Amino acid sequence: MSNGPLIAYTNVGKTFANGDVVAVDDVSLEVAEGEFLAIVGGSGSGKTTLLRLANRLIDADSGSVMVEGEDVRNVDPILLRRRIGYVFQSGGLFPHLSVAGNIGITPRLLGWPAAEIAGRVDELLDLVQLDGGQYRERLPQELSGGQRQRVGVARALAARPRIVLMDEPFGALDPLTRDALGDDFRELHGRLKLTTVMITHDMTEALLLADRVAVMHGGRLLAQGTPVELSDSTDPYVEKLLHTPRRQAERLGRLLPRDGAA
Amino acid sequence: MSLFSDPRWTEALSHLPDYLGNHVRVSLAALTLGLIVSLPLAIVARNRPLLRGALLGFASIVQTVPGLALLALFYPLLLVLAALTLSWFGFDFSAFGFLPAVLALALYSMLPVLRNTITGLSGVDPALTEAAQGVGMTERQSLFMVELPLALPVMMAGIRTAAVWVIGTATLSTPIGQTSLGNYIFAGLQTQNWVFVVFGCLAAAALALAVDQLLALIENGLRYRSRLRAALGGVGIAALVAATLVPAMARSASSYVVGAKTFTEQYVLAALIAQRLNADGLSATTRAGLGSSVIFDALKAGDIDVYVDYSGTLWANQFHHTDIRPREELLADLKATLAKQGVTLLGDLGFENAYALIMPRQRAEQLGIHTIADLAALAPSMSIAGDYEFFSRPEWAGIKGAYGLSFRTQRQMQPDFMYAAIASREVDVIAGYTSDGLIAKYDLVVLGDPKHAIPPYDAVMLLAPKRKDDAKLRAALQPLLGRIDIAAMREANLRAAGNNGSSSPDAVARWLWERIEKK
Repeated sequence: MSNGPLIAYTNVGKTFANGDVVAVDDVSLEVAEGEFLAIVGGSGSGKTTLLRLANRLIDADSGSVMVEGEDVRNVDPILLRRRIGYVFQSGGLFPHLSVAGNIGITPRLLGWPAAEIAGRVDELLDLVQLDGGQYRERLPQELSGGQRQRVGVARALAARPRIVLMDEPFGALDPLTRDALGDDFRELHGRLKLTTVMITHDMTEALLLADRVAVMHGGRLLAQGTPVELSDSTDPYVEKLLHTPRRQAERLGRLLPRDGAA
Repeated sequence: MSLFSDPRWTEALSHLPDYLGNHVRVSLAALTLGLIVSLPLAIVARNRPLLRGALLGFASIVQTVPGLALLALFYPLLLVLAALTLSWFGFDFSAFGFLPAVLALALYSMLPVLRNTITGLSGVDPALTEAAQGVGMTERQSLFMVELPLALPVMMAGIRTAAVWVIGTATLSTPIGQTSLGNYIFAGLQTQNWVFVVFGCLAAAALALAVDQLLALIENGLRYRSRLRAALGGVGIAALVAATLVPAMARSASSYVVGAKTFTEQYVLAALIAQRLNADGLSATTRAGLGSSVIFDALKAGDIDVYVDYSGTLWANQFHHTDIRPREELLADLKATLAKQGVTLLGDLGFENAYALIMPRQRAEQLGIHTIADLAALAPSMSIAGDYEFFSRPEWAGIKGAYGLSFRTQRQMQPDFMYAAIASREVDVIAGYTSDGLIAKYDLVVLGDPKHAIPPYDAVMLLAPKRKDDAKLRAALQPLLGRIDIAAMREANLRAAGNNGSSSPDAVARWLWERIEKK
């Protein structure tokens, strides 16, 4: 199995509102084990639908979605979701549960013993760089946006998944927090040998964090590849998306010369 | 005499364990039943717009039915049901008191619980139900671990509203035979004992507040995951129930139950009967304030053991006779008819409490009215007041037919207020009662009935079928038969209509007994 892709979409289609809205249109895409893939697109591009097809929050109308070598249609969706980490936009933390209660939720659903859950919660708080003694019993509303998203990441990792799906995880954060969290997660991705699919509308973020970037527009997959491969694309939409980071990089390079480097 | 040295406070207090206990039990049973039905219904209906609309519509309609009517409707409904189960399955149950009260109040509690549960659940942020799915919860786990806890504050607000409604409305369960804090209010209203009315209102309000606060404590405990607070609230409710069960269990199960209808004379007679039974070493409790149509069925079903009714009332209302017979003949016929139903007519008390048309003496003399026949000519320009049932009773149809009576207006009012109304010339004629003490007090005159349109109304003592051969009971009641004359009863009623410490039914009953003994 380590040879094949960990997630594979083959000619996947999905429509909503009785076929009036085409969300995903004949998409084929593979994510290799250990890879960090970013899916970039505007709102209505179908990127969120594509992500949710992987853990059956949404079921495909046509084509197939394979996860860890199995067609997801043949897997119990509940069990599938418990073994795939999912990080929600702005956290999605349960407001009535403490930080520890939120992080430990999937292990609890899997029936882990309480002591083991408690140990795992401490380990994860450590991993996402939150002080356990200080934060374990806090409620989500007592945390800053960045702290909440760290808890969201810890929750996704709790049951030791091989795959993590991230739905615009850093979108609502201020630039500094966003940058720090992105780097920290990228580090965790490598250290824990995760396979990560992140969706974002921000091409700069995608290029800086991901190994490969896929571009969605109007339900179709326009291009996919490493940043270098992507920059060869002749698709006008892809070029438009790349234009902004390119121009910003050039201008920033001119504006912020390091001593002796410029 | 200062407000609080009034002996009626002490008397009111002496009833508190019984009334409060029954009130708590019936309210909490109804609320529990209401929750058991409403919560699952709300959960099932939340994602089904049709069912949700139907449920909320039904609950809203129930809410518009006046509480008293809803309670009253359950009594005949259960009587029919009990008769059916008896013929089909060989058992029946008491359609009196607790059961109809619990069912009606449970229905009454449904609307706020349904509405708030549905509102609370649909108010949960969809991002959170999605997150619940995403972390691997089943629908059931999502409901119990995320949606219900988040909807809890709104749901609890509904439950607390329902609790306050139920406790308030439970005061109306007195007329269908469920003892409650309403006994104070009904008895107080009938006997012009405002101390009782105030006491009943305060007690019901205090109970509602207490239960509301205990529920708030449970809610806080659940919301902030404080086991201590939730437990304290739970213990509080449990303690309330336990405290009210103790006096109920202490009371002997073989106690005789004396029934009374909803007017002063009945309260006094029930108190007198209970005192006589106690004097003979038999324990007795009274169930006062029962509706006229409820009380006979309750006796037949054995829910009460003894009460006083009036021959004409039974004749016309219970057995639907329209002909009017001479007194003795009617009594004998009635005794035989009752015996066929297992009810014993033990004997008459010695006085009659007939319906009568009554006018101020002075006015009647001025107008030259001595009988109902004289009244007929002037009636179209006059107004008449009667109690709540008079105008729908067959006797009224009989009187109207016999004399060709037709009044300008008809008004219904509380019997005691009726007398005040005629004294102040608010109305011209009232349909009062011959044994009423207020006739003398307000200098009124009873109009003659030359055509004998009004049947005789001898006060008669009735025994439940199961007490037919109860020699001890018969012996205890024997001294009352034929011993209460109309003068004694009128004076007793007058005393009971007073508004002071010696006007409670118990005190008047003691006075009446002394008078009987002296004779």
